[in-house]
Amino acid sequence: MAANPMTQFEVYRIGPEIKIGAFDISFTNASLFMVISSLAILMIFNLGAKKNSMLPNKIQLLAELSYTFVSKMISDTAGSKAKPYFAFIFSLFMFVLFCNMFGMIPYTFTVTSHIIVTFVLAAFIFIGVTIIGFIKHGFGYLKLFVPSGVPVVLLPLIVVIEIISYLSRPISLSVRLFANMMAGHTMMKVFGGFVISLGIVGGWLPLTFSVALTGLEILVAFLQAYVFAILTCIYLNDALNLHH
Amino acid sequence: MIRKYFFQLIFLYLFFSKEVFAAESGGMPQLDPEFWVSQIFWLTLVFGTLYIVLSKLILPKISANLELRKSQIQENIEAADKQRKDSELKLKEYDDIVLKSKLESKNLFNETREKTLKNINIKRDTLEKQIDEEIKKAETEIDQLRKSAPEKINKIAIETSSEILKNLIGTEINNSSISAIVDDLYRKNGGKYYGN
Repeated sequence: MAANPMTQFEVYRIGPEIKIGAFDISFTNASLFMVISSLAILMIFNLGAKKNSMLPNKIQLLAELSYTFVSKMISDTAGSKAKPYFAFIFSLFMFVLFCNMFGMIPYTFTVTSHIIVTFVLAAFIFIGVTIIGFIKHGFGYLKLFVPSGVPVVLLPLIVVIEIISYLSRPISLSVRLFANMMAGHTMMKVFGGFVISLGIVGGWLPLTFSVALTGLEILVAFLQAYVFAILTCIYLNDALNLHH
Repeated sequence: MIRKYFFQLIFLYLFFSKEVFAAESGGMPQLDPEFWVSQIFWLTLVFGTLYIVLSKLILPKISANLELRKSQIQENIEAADKQRKDSELKLKEYDDIVLKSKLESKNLFNETREKTLKNINIKRDTLEKQIDEEIKKAETEIDQLRKSAPEKINKIAIETSSEILKNLIGTEINNSSISAIVDDLYRKNGGKYYGN
């Protein structure tokens, strides 16, 4: 079973089968790791927010640094108008980051390596941003598809391209995260398999690779969470500050 | 690039691997829709809960903590600034006081010196005046003495001469004639005898 690099992505039921109508909403290992990640986030930030000392301890410093990091990221990309969405982007960033990071522990399940999870998040962001855009600008939001300073002859083509690129946002956003996580974990598994199959003689080289890849994957785990959050900020910026 | 690498690796892996895993479904478990609904349900539930707890309970606390610390630091900086200014003012005051007292002591010293000098001068003046007066008095006394001396001498001379003449001649001679002679002599040679 361990030989197949894809088995790590398999979802299986934990506990009894729960059904609502025709839908199976059983608690699975994916759900378990969602819960674990969320609990870890809540625990860390609750501890970090609990007492306010003039000189913060390590966990408080961690919470406050994360807070200022995300807050700075939002104000840099989407301006001050994005302040009401701070909590959402903060939760999103932390959720993706913790899911990615928990996936780095051996024998765990990586929630974000499933297209359905990332797609639901991306679709929610896409729909939410579109609704915000229409609420803020009415039908003027459609001007997003008509860049200024484009010759009239090219306009139909540009508009079509703009619409396609806008509609592909949830797909690109979700596939980017999902593909990165899946490729990384598969690669690590493959190198781990090499270590076993090449044995004590030849296994050292893939083992070295495996160690190096672990470092790279931790970097990717952070980077993809950051990219996911910052792209959300950029989309939000388009909806909040329509500039044309 | 990564994808190419990835497929090559999988191929290599299959090449090396002795085990057969045909029993497994093959493709990616991600594309198996069996648990999609479950994942969507749990994601919504868990992420929704996470969002609500973070936004309503935890993030406002962190924000308040940060604000509080910021304002506290600002306050402390202001207080330190105020104290520094105060101490500067105090130092200036102290310097002023020292300077003033220095000046005062100098003035006092000068005044005292002047006063003492004046006193000394006055005393010296009165002393000198007294000495002068004494000298003058003595001089006048000497003068008087000097002035009265010739008369007395004349008288003595007259008496002496009358006595001598009486003894010599045996008769009394009129004093007035003797005094006339003495006066005459005195007038002629007075300066010679008395240094006048």
